[in-house]
Amino acid sequence: MLRLTGLAKRYDRSDPALAGVDLTVPDGEVVALIGPSGAGKSTLIRCINRLVEPTSGSVVLDGVDIAGLSASGLRAARRRMGMIFQEYALIERLTVMENVLSGRLGYVGFWASWFRRFPPEDVRRAFDILDRVGLAGFENKRADALSGGQRQRVGIARAVMQAPALLLVDEPTASLDPRTSRQIMQLIVDLCAERGLAAIVNIHDVALARHFAHRIVGLRKGAVVFDGPPQALTAEALTAIYGAGDWAAATDDA
Amino acid sequence: MTPEPAAAPSVWRKPAFIASAWVRWALGIGALVYLVSALGSIDIAWGRVAAGLPRGWRFVASFLAPDFLSRGDEIVDGLTESIAMTATATVLGVGLAVPVGLGAARNLSPRPIYLVCRSLIATSRTLQELIVAIFFVKMFGFGPFAGMLTLTFASIGFIAKLIAERIESVDTAPLEAIRSTGASWLQWVNYAIQPQILPRLVGLSLYRLDINFRESAVLGIVGAGGIGATLNTALGRYEYDTAAAILLSIILIVLVAEYTSGLIRARLK
Repeated sequence: MLRLTGLAKRYDRSDPALAGVDLTVPDGEVVALIGPSGAGKSTLIRCINRLVEPTSGSVVLDGVDIAGLSASGLRAARRRMGMIFQEYALIERLTVMENVLSGRLGYVGFWASWFRRFPPEDVRRAFDILDRVGLAGFENKRADALSGGQRQRVGIARAVMQAPALLLVDEPTASLDPRTSRQIMQLIVDLCAERGLAAIVNIHDVALARHFAHRIVGLRKGAVVFDGPPQALTAEALTAIYGAGDWAAATDDA
Repeated sequence: MTPEPAAAPSVWRKPAFIASAWVRWALGIGALVYLVSALGSIDIAWGRVAAGLPRGWRFVASFLAPDFLSRGDEIVDGLTESIAMTATATVLGVGLAVPVGLGAARNLSPRPIYLVCRSLIATSRTLQELIVAIFFVKMFGFGPFAGMLTLTFASIGFIAKLIAERIESVDTAPLEAIRSTGASWLQWVNYAIQPQILPRLVGLSLYRLDINFRESAVLGIVGAGGIGATLNTALGRYEYDTAAAILLSIILIVLVAEYTSGLIRARLK
């Protein structure tokens, strides 16, 4: 279980990017985080694994307060949080297998990773996961030879390789076509269900969020302005999150 | 209906780089006047030029009849020494340049390490090879060891600077991704940075191999060994045909090196 308490982040000389967020995500729950650009969605998920240092507040994952950890403690805690990115963030010139195995870097020693000699158990799991995300037989292809949807599957496989308790997902479908977007969201939701993972998914597409998430959290100017099930996301709620607009298309979809 | 818009102009000129016409012309004429007077200040001794032309011609003519044989052993020894100097200096130089380059990348290193590495690079790049070579010859005596040290020192500055700049411009998304897996710093460099800079590092190393070989021909003149020493001796004895043979050998080796490195770089995309 993930519990955020009073999580705040202020970049130099500007309005706070996060203004004290309280949020609890139980195991197995997929939360869609929606909100306008600049609302702090990206900052929020990066404060959870401290790619961005929060200014104040606490992040507790399964009883460990991440905000107070030392460098090595933080590395160990990051292993429990898999991250998936908008532009895939794969290492383009490495093979699919190296990209997937890089999810184990927090668990193996330097020389093992330098010589690409990962423990047999890791290699076996990597093949299993590649098969699960539909990329069996792709292990020796270079990441830059894949299509967008395939690359995101590799990104998902890398995150799942970490054996995480939580997935932090940053705009997973923003670079994908609508059909691939739905397949990728389905895959993420299915993996969360199979493995009992919690997930926080930043997403711009309200219709996708409604369709796939168990719960929707709306962020505006760094504060939570909506938190509820997809059915509760009415036109009024959308106006509270994004400002006034014509929400007929977005609400009909539900 | 919207009112009829005023007729759009049909003449457009690209705005001048220097807005004021007066400043523009003054700069142009000033530069021209200076160049003419600078040329006038360089003494050209026409008598010496006339006397030197036949000598220069002999030098050029000897290329048509290069003499590889009378000093063949010396040429082979010189070339072997140069190649040995070049190879060892490039490998050592690249090996040492990688840590310096990592240290000199602003996005990787804490400020104090950054400053130390940048100063090292600046020192290496400011000191011309010949000056460094004279220093090492004074310190370690004549011969290829001084030459190797010189080329190593020069390679470090050259490669570390360009690698540091490449590191500063890497794609940052993989850096975040690998950091978020819980990787250690070394693993992070090995997975997120090394694959991105490797083609550039290989290209630069091959290019530097080339430069080092050509430099080795010059370093011999100040006593740092290699083919340059042989060339210097030949010129001192007015054996232009032997000098021509040496220069042709250097050109041939540089061409072969260039061709091979082109092949390697094409394979490594």
